This record gives sequence, structure tokens and C-alpha cells, in this order.
Amino acid sequence: MNIIAKWYYRLGAPNWFYPLTGKMLPWIAVIFLALLIPGLYMGLFTAPADYQQGDSFRIMYVHVPAAWMSMFIYFAMAVAAVVALVWRVRMAEIMIISSAPIGASFALIALITGSLWGKPMWGAWWVWDARLTSELILLFIYLGIFALYNAIENKQTAGRAMSILTLVGVVNLPIIHYSVVWWNTLHQAATVSKFDTPSIHIDMLIPLLLMAAAFQFLYLWILLLKMRANLLEQDLHCGWVKKIIWDRRKAHNGGN
Amino acid sequence: MSPVRKKRFYMVLLLLTGVSIATFLIIQAFSQNMMFFFSTTEVKQGKAPADRDFRLGGLVVNHSVQRESGSLKVHFELTDSQTPVKVEYSGILPDLFREGQGIIAKGRLNDQGVFVAKEVLAKHDENYMPPEVADSINKAQLASSEPVQP
Amino acid sequence: MQEFFAMGGYGSYVWSAFGISFLIILINLVQPALQHRQAIRDADDFHHQEK
Repeated sequence: MNIIAKWYYRLGAPNWFYPLTGKMLPWIAVIFLALLIPGLYMGLFTAPADYQQGDSFRIMYVHVPAAWMSMFIYFAMAVAAVVALVWRVRMAEIMIISSAPIGASFALIALITGSLWGKPMWGAWWVWDARLTSELILLFIYLGIFALYNAIENKQTAGRAMSILTLVGVVNLPIIHYSVVWWNTLHQAATVSKFDTPSIHIDMLIPLLLMAAAFQFLYLWILLLKMRANLLEQDLHCGWVKKIIWDRRKAHNGGN
Repeated sequence: MSPVRKKRFYMVLLLLTGVSIATFLIIQAFSQNMMFFFSTTEVKQGKAPADRDFRLGGLVVNHSVQRESGSLKVHFELTDSQTPVKVEYSGILPDLFREGQGIIAKGRLNDQGVFVAKEVLAKHDENYMPPEVADSINKAQLASSEPVQP
Repeated sequence: MQEFFAMGGYGSYVWSAFGISFLIILINLVQPALQHRQAIRDADDFHHQEK
């Protein structure tokens, strides 16, 4: 491989990525809040109570988007893992390691809120059915990816090992999604993501979709924050960080 | 793609295929164990273990729930719409327990073929709607399924 | 209002679900911000000495 092209990949991207994402961050935060506030308001206030589950079904408005995100983030990481392994793009590795704790957090939210929903409705905090178990495995895979990358000193080796582990873990995604179809589970089958009209009243569906969209922007927000922090930390001694520091100092001194 | 990248790409594909096949085989092998519960028909066919606790799932048969006065003991029948199984349980039932509801009970069969439950969980379905809509759907179904009484 | 917080008797479950989720999300937003601030400080130190 051409050495110049390789170094271009290694160093060229961050000095472009860092300032650009810095400008994007406030807009992403604004869009997140613009989706979250009506989503929460409709979900908690205006959506009618369910005919069977009463007001307890409102837990859905964090549980379902968090569970969707826990799977979406893994899928995005798996795509980045292919890019990282085939094209050796370091930015893809930074994206994976920055996403892992976010994905783990969403999986944890899905598990905890599911537990708080399961206790009053099913009569149990936790059962070892296929859906719950496969989601718990997803959480452990996220933690494994994070631990593996941080356990290996050489970040090039760490990035490759982490990408391979990410790809291996991707088989869990169809298992989670189809667990409620393939096996008898206590968990309900899909309400929205099925090849049919959603089995949920429109007034309950709209806040769910708003919350789901809000969580997408929340992920983007946290991801960019995390990637920027990780990039700075790793490239502390590099020229592009030096330039940023000098620009900051100039702006600071000029401001005084 | 350059030859090196092509080779790496095929390695990635190979890895994914290998892991998928391995997972598929593992799932095939453990499929029965990953069933959270047995249906009532499976139980009547003797597919459930006799010597240890297992879970039985089905819908509560309409008008089958009988509570013993003065105790928490309750008798009801579960069915998968083909085979009903008698169940007895003593304890607090989940909020969603009602006739027609999906229920999963954990316990074992006694000598009379009655399922003695130690734990009862309610399974809700994937439908969400306000009570008024549920009522009107019910009414519409009743109207279409039952011929008008003379 | 009282009725809203009661959530038809499921208040404790609904509000703890939303509360815990909020907390986990907050940690996810604060942690990278702190990490970023520390990295800027470290970089500032490094490139100051280097000059």
C-alpha cells in the first residue's frame, strides 16, 4: 500500500473531522431537544392509557427506543468494523470504541426499564426467556469490546482485535430480533417493526416515533462528543492538536 | 479494490460466514431448551418433563376461573385453543391475570393431570390501544360473530 | 396533577424507569465532556513545554 496514502488516512482525517463536528454539535443538541420535548409531553400526558396495561405502558417510551438504539448502534459498529478491517481506516476504529459505551448504556436502559415494566405486568422482574437473555448478551458483548480495546496497549492491534470481535458479535442481532418468533417467550412479539400495520393506536404511536427519532440524535450527539475526546487524547502529540491548541490560545489572548 | 483489500474483504466475509454457521448449529442444538414454556398440547402429548418443574403457557379459558373462598387458592384452565389443561395455584396473581389473557405458569403435573403452579406470570400481546377503541372492537366482533338473538 | 404523578397506581415503576434512564443518559453526556476538557488541558501542557 502507498505509504503517503496510508499516512493521509491516519492523520488527514482528524484535523478535518474535529472542527467540523464542533460546529455540528449545538445543532444536533437542538434537534434532539426539539424531538424529545414533544415526545415526552405526548407520551406522558396526551397519549391515552392502554386498555390492558393502563398507564404502565408509558414505560414503552424509553424502553422501546433504547432497545432499538442498542441494536442500531451495534449494526453501525459492525459496518464500521468492516471498513476498519478492509480499508484500515483509523477513524472507523475510533467510531467503534466511542460507540461501545453508548450502546452498552442503551442496552442497560432497555434492561432496567424492561424490568420495571415486567414486575407490574408479568409479575416478575426478570425471566430467562430468549429475548431478555439475548439482550443481556448484547450488553456483555458491548462491555467485552470496550474491555478488549483498552486491554491491548498497541492501539493498532487493539483496533483490529476489537473490529473482529464486533463482527463476531453481529450474529446476536438477528437472534435478538427474531427471538420472539423462533421461541416461546414471555416477551411480547413486535408491535411496530413488522410487515403489517403497527398494532398500536396512532395517538400512542406518534410519541413513540418522536422518542425514537430523538434517541437517534442523542446517539449522534454523545458519539461526536466521545469521538472528539478520544481523538484528542490519542493524538495529544500530533500536529493537528498542536494547531488547535495554538488557535485556542490566540482566540483566548485576543479576547482579553 | 486493490488485491490486498480484496483479500481482507474475503477474510471478513469468511469470518462472518463461519461464525453464522456455528451460531446456527448451536441454536439448532439448544432450540428446545431455549423455549421458555410448553404449550398445553405439548404437555398433553407428554413432551414436558415429568420429574421436574417446567413452564406451561396458554390462554385462560373463559368462565374457568374459580376462587376458593377464604384462601388465595384459585383454579382455572389454560388452553392453546386445542387442548385445555387444568391448573391450580395459590398466591397473588399478576395485575394482567384475567379470562382470555395469556398466562405462563411454572410447576408440574400431579397424578390427576392437574398442573400445580408455584408461580404465575402474565404475557401481554403486542396490541396497544385506548379502552374505548378496545370496547368498540369487541362490540364489532360480537356483532359479527354472534347471530342476532331471536 | 396528583393523578398524573400516580400514573394509575404504576407511578413508582414509570417514574423510576424515566429517572434511571435520564441518569444514565446524563452520565453519557457529562463523561465525554470531562474527558475532552482534560485532554485539552493535557495537550495545552504538552505543547506549551514543547515550544
